[in-house]
Amino acid sequence: MSSIRNFDLVSCLLVLTLMLIGLVNIYSVTYFENMDFFSTGNFFGKQLFFFFICILTFFISLTPDIKFYFKYASIIYLLMIIILIAVLIFGNEVNGSKSWFSMGGFSFQPSEFMKPVTALALAKYLSNIHSDIKRRSIQFYSFLIISIPLILIIMQPDPGTALIFLSFYLVLHVVGLPSFYLNIFVASISIFIITILFGRNNILLIGSIIFVLMLIIRLYKSLPKRRLIYMGLISVIFIFSVDFIFNNIFEQRHRDRFNVVLGLDEDLKGIGYNTNQSQLAFKAGGILGEGFLKGSQTKGDFIPEQHSDYIFTTIGEEWGFVGSLLTIIIFTFLLLRIIERTSTQRNLFYKIYSYCVISIIFFHFAINISMVLGIFPSVGIPLPFISYGGSSMLAFTILFTGYIKIDANKKEKW
Amino acid sequence: MRDKLLQVLIIVISSILTIQLFNLQVLNKKNSDVSSKASVQKIYNFPERGYLYDRNNKLIVSNQPYYDLLIVPNDVNINDSIKIANDLGISVKDFNTKYYKARKFSPLKASIFISSLTKEEYAKIQEKMWKLSGFFIQKNSKRKYNYSTAANLFGYISEVNDYEIKNNSYYKSGEMIGRQGLEKTYESILRGEKGVNYFQKDKFNRIIGKFNDGINDTLPTLSKKLKLTLDIDLQTYGDSLMNNKYGSIVAIEPKSGEILALVNSPGYDPNLLVGRERSERYKSLNNDSIGKPLFDRGLQGQYPPGSTFKIINALIGLQENIIKQETTFKCDGGHFYARNSFMKCHTSEPTFTNLNNAVYTSCNTYFAKTYRGIIENYDSPSIGLDKWVNYVKSFGFGNYLGYDHPTGKPGFIPTSSYYNSWYNNSWKAVTTISNSIGQGEILTTPIQLANFAATIANRGWYITPHFVKEIENDSININYRKKNKSLINPEHFEPVIQGMIDVVEKGTATNSIIRNIKIAGKTGTAENFVKINGIKKQLTDHSIFIGFAPANDPKIAVCVFIENGYWGSRWAAPISSLIIEKYINGKIERNWLEKYILEGDLSAEYLKPYLTSNFNINE
Repeated sequence: MSSIRNFDLVSCLLVLTLMLIGLVNIYSVTYFENMDFFSTGNFFGKQLFFFFICILTFFISLTPDIKFYFKYASIIYLLMIIILIAVLIFGNEVNGSKSWFSMGGFSFQPSEFMKPVTALALAKYLSNIHSDIKRRSIQFYSFLIISIPLILIIMQPDPGTALIFLSFYLVLHVVGLPSFYLNIFVASISIFIITILFGRNNILLIGSIIFVLMLIIRLYKSLPKRRLIYMGLISVIFIFSVDFIFNNIFEQRHRDRFNVVLGLDEDLKGIGYNTNQSQLAFKAGGILGEGFLKGSQTKGDFIPEQHSDYIFTTIGEEWGFVGSLLTIIIFTFLLLRIIERTSTQRNLFYKIYSYCVISIIFFHFAINISMVLGIFPSVGIPLPFISYGGSSMLAFTILFTGYIKIDANKKEKW
Repeated sequence: MRDKLLQVLIIVISSILTIQLFNLQVLNKKNSDVSSKASVQKIYNFPERGYLYDRNNKLIVSNQPYYDLLIVPNDVNINDSIKIANDLGISVKDFNTKYYKARKFSPLKASIFISSLTKEEYAKIQEKMWKLSGFFIQKNSKRKYNYSTAANLFGYISEVNDYEIKNNSYYKSGEMIGRQGLEKTYESILRGEKGVNYFQKDKFNRIIGKFNDGINDTLPTLSKKLKLTLDIDLQTYGDSLMNNKYGSIVAIEPKSGEILALVNSPGYDPNLLVGRERSERYKSLNNDSIGKPLFDRGLQGQYPPGSTFKIINALIGLQENIIKQETTFKCDGGHFYARNSFMKCHTSEPTFTNLNNAVYTSCNTYFAKTYRGIIENYDSPSIGLDKWVNYVKSFGFGNYLGYDHPTGKPGFIPTSSYYNSWYNNSWKAVTTISNSIGQGEILTTPIQLANFAATIANRGWYITPHFVKEIENDSININYRKKNKSLINPEHFEPVIQGMIDVVEKGTATNSIIRNIKIAGKTGTAENFVKINGIKKQLTDHSIFIGFAPANDPKIAVCVFIENGYWGSRWAAPISSLIIEKYINGKIERNWLEKYILEGDLSAEYLKPYLTSNFNINE
């Protein structure tokens, strides 16, 4: 059977390594004396339990024929949308957002599972022979597939997970979305950040100077200047709206997070506490780290959410630069390997799905670690396979199993 | 398909993350330093401050424990304030003021509620501690002085200030540092080195155990004992003799340069500058503008040396061959050194005096002529004077002596450049004739005069005076073993010493003779002036005596300086002789003299400058 021969064992081992790294560090963070490994009453025991569930899920998900997923993608998608609406109504509120269903001792976070499901739906829609991404209507429906769960998740509100859904736009781009959209996006983000950084009036002044200069150059080159004027006008409106949104629509805690990351505000006890404490942990770790169970920041329980979103600080403190670098290398290698293997994939559905897998893992990885290192605002996003959290690990396992299944069924030649 | 975009993005982002990690974990230099970790708390372990002993191993300065009651306002059940105040033995009103003061400082951090509890208070409160939540007792230690003397000599200890914390990495806020006196000079020896224990903290600042199993902890280095050169019995005896007299006694063992006593009067009890009321009391001592108890007269008082300085002129005259032992000058009851300028002598009839005679009668004429001879022996008075200055300075005058106490004054010996600028280059030996009898511009401190006496006793050399004889497991400064030689040859001392012996036996200080001890000495009477509201007024002369005994094998050299005591023989010489008798014989046989000194009261003299009416001097 070709599927056995093509099985991507290396990626599986890499993911297993990441999970083990996660288990070791969750053990260290939540360690207390006489801890029972196999009790679900403590964080480590729970995670270990989910680890085995994940292994089980992996093998179960591998069994059905690949066509099954293709066939039922739309139905699963619609079902999940209903569950997302249900969680808004019946869900439990944890840390101010309604994203959880609680059953017994376990909680279940539907938005985590929405990621593989959206990937499936998007892949199915775009792999259709009539779906040419260059067409406006196809662009519209693609955006719709991504935006419905995104908006529902924002309503929870869970901006972190919502942010991850932006990764699907990257997939659209890879698949051939005109670069116009990406340009607008990048330009908006840049203007947003520099407007906050330097203030509205300064940016308007500098912008006008650049605009006038470009206008003069354009005049001499006698090129159409109407588009340039439109762009300038839109930028001015955007700058004003950023100012308005930032100061009037954002809540103070959002403003604070941006201010801390952009270095406009240093409040080590208040909002900057997380960032400061996690940086202290990295500094304390140094090159070789303080050793397993010896991290002083970790032991002192200085970093909130250290077992989940801030798990990377433990790696940094106890295993040092060596440990944290190794983790980054594993992620990078895993992602590049999946890209490599996907590029030879001939089935468009499979290909788009795999790109979704890459984008989602990449977004998680990039945003989580840059947040922990203090170069991105603090948002609640777990580190794939490593952070504590059953839903998250299970969802990633399902996402990843999809890739393995697809990859194993890859036909080199028709 | 733009799959290259994904690859580029992944590599770029991973690189950025790696660079930031490298920045934080590898380039950050502080990462190996335990104490920079926010999660680690240092707790210091202070060694007990070193004890001070006198030369006969009598314990002078030690430490005593005291207890502070500390409060953490948030942990106190304020509804029980009446009960708590009752348990602490203070009024409710008092409790409330203290509580809110502490609360204002910090509701979470501990601050002192009652400081320096007495033993009785401590015992009473200790019993009730179990029900006083939010209170705890901290043990501290403060200096204890067994003798009420030499306060300025010891100095005191107090909390370090911001400047010291900034400039010395050893000290942290709230720690104690030796201030002034020996506490300052020997700070690092008396202090020892504190040890550090590192503890792991959690985010609530609670200690949850030893950090790293105590690998980084250090043990404190114990402080060392100091054995002082002081003879505490002589010191306290000196104190009693100085009762109601301002001035100082400095006694030195000539052979070793060891200071046997440094009495400063008026003094104060060093126990005053300890504990709760230290700063209040310091202020009031500092405000005593008449007695100036904080002013260490023995080390800081710069006075004209008066006739005691005739000795140095005799020595220089002999060395420079201006006079010989037999040289005789005619004294006309005084000395005309310029037109209309007459320096009166103590004798009224014209006499012929030789060196010996001149020393024991303290003849002004003889030394004026000698001084003039020295200066005029050279081509210009400038050269002559500077030659003379060199001799004088070789006895330790005109500069800080270099003893191990941080306070002091250099005194003043005028040089040719001083007179050149003062007299616009036109001056002669006679212009500076007051130098011959230790008046005029010359200023010396009592310790310099005592050191001078020791130099004569040693026939030409001295060891820098010092206060510390031995340091436990350590050696004292090598400079305190080295002989400093004066520029006078040893043979010139004998005739002068003979004159000094005769001072006591038949000269100006016959009242100070001791039956079985031969004293060599010289009295001095120094004119002095004070400026009151811009008007210069002369006060009663200072009474001075320098000397040593036994003359042939000196064991003690003294300088006694009594401000406004008039003749040298009136106060200074008898006090010196009592000090010598006490030190050498261990007891006083001349009770009548001791009684006269003990009852002597010069208080009225010191109030004169502050009187609004005119006053008489030298009565």
